[in-house]
Amino acid sequence: MRLTEHPIVKFKRGKEITIYFNGEPVKAYEGETVASALYAAGITTFSRSFRFHRPRGFFCAIGKCSSCMMEVDGIPNIRICKVYVRDGMKIKTQNSFPNADSDFLSILDSIVDRFYPHGSHYRKFNKPKVLRDFVTKQVRRFAGTGNPPKKAFEEKGSFEEIETDIAVVGGGPGGMSAAIYAARTGARVVLMDENPFLGGQLVKQTHRFFGSGKHRAGTRGIRIAEILSNEVGELKNIDVRFETKVFGLYNGVVGAVEKDKKLLKIKAKKIVIATGAYERTLLFENNDLPGVYGAGGVQTLMNVFGIKPGDKGLIVGSGNVGLILTYQLMQAGIDVAAIVEAMPRIGGYFVHAAKVRRLGVPIYTSHTIKRAIGDKKVEGAEIVKLDENWCEVKGSEKRIDCDFICVAIGLSPTHELLYQAGCEMKFVPELGGLVPMRTEYGETTVEGIYVAGDVAGIEEATSAMMEGRIAGLDAAIKLGYGGEEAIRLRDEVVRDLKEFREGPFGERILSGIKKVTFEKEAISVSAPEREEAISEGIE
Amino acid sequence: MSFLVRGYLEEKELPPRPSKERLKKKSVAYIECPQEIPCSPCFESCKYDAILMENINDVPIVDYEKCTGCMKCIRVCPGLAIFMLRFRNGKGYVTMPHEFLPYPKKGQKVILLNRRGEEIGEGTVTWILPPERNDKTALVTVEMDPELIFEARAFRIKGE
Repeated sequence: MRLTEHPIVKFKRGKEITIYFNGEPVKAYEGETVASALYAAGITTFSRSFRFHRPRGFFCAIGKCSSCMMEVDGIPNIRICKVYVRDGMKIKTQNSFPNADSDFLSILDSIVDRFYPHGSHYRKFNKPKVLRDFVTKQVRRFAGTGNPPKKAFEEKGSFEEIETDIAVVGGGPGGMSAAIYAARTGARVVLMDENPFLGGQLVKQTHRFFGSGKHRAGTRGIRIAEILSNEVGELKNIDVRFETKVFGLYNGVVGAVEKDKKLLKIKAKKIVIATGAYERTLLFENNDLPGVYGAGGVQTLMNVFGIKPGDKGLIVGSGNVGLILTYQLMQAGIDVAAIVEAMPRIGGYFVHAAKVRRLGVPIYTSHTIKRAIGDKKVEGAEIVKLDENWCEVKGSEKRIDCDFICVAIGLSPTHELLYQAGCEMKFVPELGGLVPMRTEYGETTVEGIYVAGDVAGIEEATSAMMEGRIAGLDAAIKLGYGGEEAIRLRDEVVRDLKEFREGPFGERILSGIKKVTFEKEAISVSAPEREEAISEGIE
Repeated sequence: MSFLVRGYLEEKELPPRPSKERLKKKSVAYIECPQEIPCSPCFESCKYDAILMENINDVPIVDYEKCTGCMKCIRVCPGLAIFMLRFRNGKGYVTMPHEFLPYPKKGQKVILLNRRGEEIGEGTVTWILPPERNDKTALVTVEMDPELIFEARAFRIKGE
């Protein structure tokens, strides 16, 4: 299942090592995640769902969902798509007996649920008390996620306090651009990312980017990731913290954990949040079967780790992600059965559609997926035509043979940190969900907290880089760095971004941005004022 | 915008064809990019001002008389939407971007595909810009029946 040759990417694999899956040795290479190593070995079921014991595989592959949780070296509920293999690592499936592949408890889904449907535990087995106690105990044994670790955590943790001008959360295109442009003015920057590398989702974008040459159009996403991370590396005033998870913002203090061991307390004058987005899923029968993956998840597996997701795929959604993924699958030598699109027309750029259409991939507009077919794994899919009222056309069902399904229907901003920091949020469908109110320079309603990239509204990497530049520059300018030149540069990027969004594709984004942009002086509440207000009991 | 329902362009939606005389002189860029998207590397790459665009969201229009066939634009187009067309000695030539393994070799026979992915004939590879010289996007010139140069937009290596 591992790809050895690829037209665009050269896969570098580390030393061959052995990990143990439910006690069985599995070959893996250093630098792979546990999820990709298991997948390469043909293991697609990682655990079982906690209530109905339905099989679970990976979905997003970037640590944003909880589909791939397993027990790693005795610790339960680890997202194995974010854990890198180590020689001798012991991986176990959880919520299952005896293992996730053939789970005896799956009768909860197939049989028990038929007689005692969801909710019946409130009414049934209540009397006598003995029976109630017995049943409650059994139900509790079956439910829940994973088994608690047998022994207490023993490793020593450490602590570090850092003072800096600007803290940047997220090392994707937006975050890196913010860090670079702020650091160039002389500001001290701490850049944190949860991965052991920078680049965010650029690392799986093997296609050439759109936009203007000034903003690296015509260059592949993977190269842009290299260019930006090299620039970050060259700037001595950027302190990069890899494998660092930010868990909270507390009045200008960023709380984070580095490499699962060290607690970081970062006092920053300005904070740029560029946490990106996570993939949405779609409601259809069996949408939780292993084999139903997020489009980005498949890109990670295939373009970052060089592992084939399957032999033949069905793509749901014809936005740019779905179209580009189709092309990338074909480049890796994987068949694509079809692309289905619920809208009456293709959602992404025409040129992306043309690229796959001329290679013979059918695109079914006004169609959607009705169900995934399969028992433990996807074995096919049923698609159906939609009429102009978005209702299924009876009798138009069609079976598609495929062994995996990619859901490419869009993303939602990873907004949790902003919410926690008290930024004013607004639900804006045009921008993909809950997004923060911000000024034209990306500053939120909490003074000193900026946003850039998908977390500010789902768009794409080119605009994320521009937003990052603006936020990084503005934060630095407010701290007195950069002078006139920085102001001129910031305003130039603002103009470029405006021009970029002027076409028909920017219309939707612009109408969304209009709803969340405010003039700075009007409603901004600075953090100390806010604290004062809270302490005085005025909320 | 019915091309957005189909995913390919039909005859009437294509840009105007360069004249036969022009096609006989030297190769010419033919851009199949009908949608207003924020993208302009082709325009920026053209040294001869042969690609017309007022702003980044405009559809590129080629001035066939100014185009010298230098192939700068086809190398950078992220949409792989530019094709170089040419007539010579009664044969038609189309240069296409190609990003699939195996990369073809000079002299190899290929099966031509149209915009819908249907087989429309056969051609012979006459020139290749190696993928490593253009960040993995090879440019491949295929010799074919002159009738086919406005149809053939992809190929499959025979026997693959």
